[in-house]
Amino acid sequence: MNEELRREIIMEHYMQPKNRHRPNEDTYQMVNTNNASCIDNLDIYVKIEDQKIKDICFEGEACAISTSSTSIMIQNLIGKTIEEAKEYIKNFENMLNEQPYDSKQLKEGIVYEEIYKQGNRKHCADLPYEGIKKILDSYSQK
Amino acid sequence: MKIEEFPMLQEDLIYLDNGATTFKPKCVIEKMNEYYETYSANAHRGDYDISFKVDKEYEDARETVRKFINAKDKESIIFTSGTTESLNMIATGFFRKFLEPNDEILITKSEHASNVLPWFRLQNDCGAIVKYIPLDQSHYVTMENLKKVVTPNTKVIALAGITNVIGDERPMKEITKFAHEHNIFVVMDGAQSVPHRKTDVQDLDIDFLAFSGHKMCGPTGIGVLYGKKELLEEMEPVNLGGGMNESFDSPEEMYYKELPTRLEAGTPNIVGAIGLGEAIRFLEKIGMDNIEAYERHLRKYALDKLVQIPHVDLLNIEADGGILAFNVDGIFSQDVAYYLNKYKICVRAGNHCAKILKSEVGVTNSLRVSFYFYNTENDIDALVELLENKEKILKEML
Ligand SMILES: Cc1ncc(COP(=O)(O)O)c(C=O)c1O
Repeated sequence: MNEELRREIIMEHYMQPKNRHRPNEDTYQMVNTNNASCIDNLDIYVKIEDQKIKDICFEGEACAISTSSTSIMIQNLIGKTIEEAKEYIKNFENMLNEQPYDSKQLKEGIVYEEIYKQGNRKHCADLPYEGIKKILDSYSQK
Repeated sequence: MKIEEFPMLQEDLIYLDNGATTFKPKCVIEKMNEYYETYSANAHRGDYDISFKVDKEYEDARETVRKFINAKDKESIIFTSGTTESLNMIATGFFRKFLEPNDEILITKSEHASNVLPWFRLQNDCGAIVKYIPLDQSHYVTMENLKKVVTPNTKVIALAGITNVIGDERPMKEITKFAHEHNIFVVMDGAQSVPHRKTDVQDLDIDFLAFSGHKMCGPTGIGVLYGKKELLEEMEPVNLGGGMNESFDSPEEMYYKELPTRLEAGTPNIVGAIGLGEAIRFLEKIGMDNIEAYERHLRKYALDKLVQIPHVDLLNIEADGGILAFNVDGIFSQDVAYYLNKYKICVRAGNHCAKILKSEVGVTNSLRVSFYFYNTENDIDALVELLENKEKILKEML
């Protein structure tokens, strides 16, 4: 994917992120996720039924990379089973960490394929995943 | 001052984050290297020449600090690891044993975490109560607002001389005068003020002062706790151990040394203190009044340009320190900082460790530009030029 297209997709998700609102029912689990420099700060809400992610939404303040990454994550994880979601996340994080990964599976997630070059922005891209992993892990342990 | 005196100023950078830390002149680096290369020994135990030299240099540094803030007694100067440790020692070593339940501690919402959390802990531990002096429209502390919240239970007022996000200067002399008339102690967090203007602890009549070496051209890991001698005499050493004891036999029989050693347990940051002494001599050569005047000029120069940019929202139009806090309309502060970083301009984005400030200014995060005497109008021109074009920021911030 070329840089111009990557930029466009990121900006689109930043300006109009998917599901940026708090849930209106209490069947969601919430996790707060923030990075070490303590400036990005997101609450992520997940609704899981029958081992499947029914819905995700979020609220908070964060930079263009974290916000867009959250939006893209939401778009890709809704509808997946917990195991499928974990697989997606593993694949995504492999990309961030310059490990082998399956780019087709990541769909728009590959807009961050070169983010590793930008030092700490890598953490911004990973921020929503760090959060949602906590919820998914707590689920598999149940 | 010549830029050749700073190795970091030879780098291809525009550094505008001096509120976080400052660059070191060669003389400071060399003075510290000299310790490592020619008289690397411990302090306070000299039976040989190089150890004598350590004691002499270390105590000379203390004397340099004393003169710099015009303290009456050398015993009033305690070397610590920085402002944070100094403030914790003041809260824990002095006020914990002195405060009673319902005694009141006055701070403000624009204090740095290091001047908030140690007081919160006292509230949790001994039932004292932390209260806030309300700030005026420009986020200043006024005597009028202070007087409104002082009660017979107020025992301590703890304030930054200059705050680290807004950059407002507090009327410390008036505050101490009023406080002392009401038997209230005054603690001054000097992290952002001592490096930037003359500080005279006797004139201010301040009870305690804390500041950091690294924010004033000195090394990291060294700072100062100043206290009036009679108050430091009452301070409980937070750390016990080598160096600070006179003799000991059993828990019933521990005898501590006199000030200042009593409050400096363990091997001190010898090279840090020596480096700080050299940094102070460097600053004095330039002159603290010149530094203050030049930074005021730089701030005005930057302000006049930034207010012209419609999409720049300034949080602190009025301020005394060389600090400007602002946001670019509709763009997260961190994204702007990344954009500026592409042009090798270093600014800070975030909440600047002042997490309770958001309820005052209504903004959680901002960009902060903070000057020191080695910054120039050219630095500001470069910053302004990059901020002027919002389209460019949006295009290049990723
Ligand atoms: C107002 C203020 N107080 C305290 C501190 C803490 O200083 P240090 O980290 O050197 O202990 C800072 C540093 O940012 C500050 O700006």
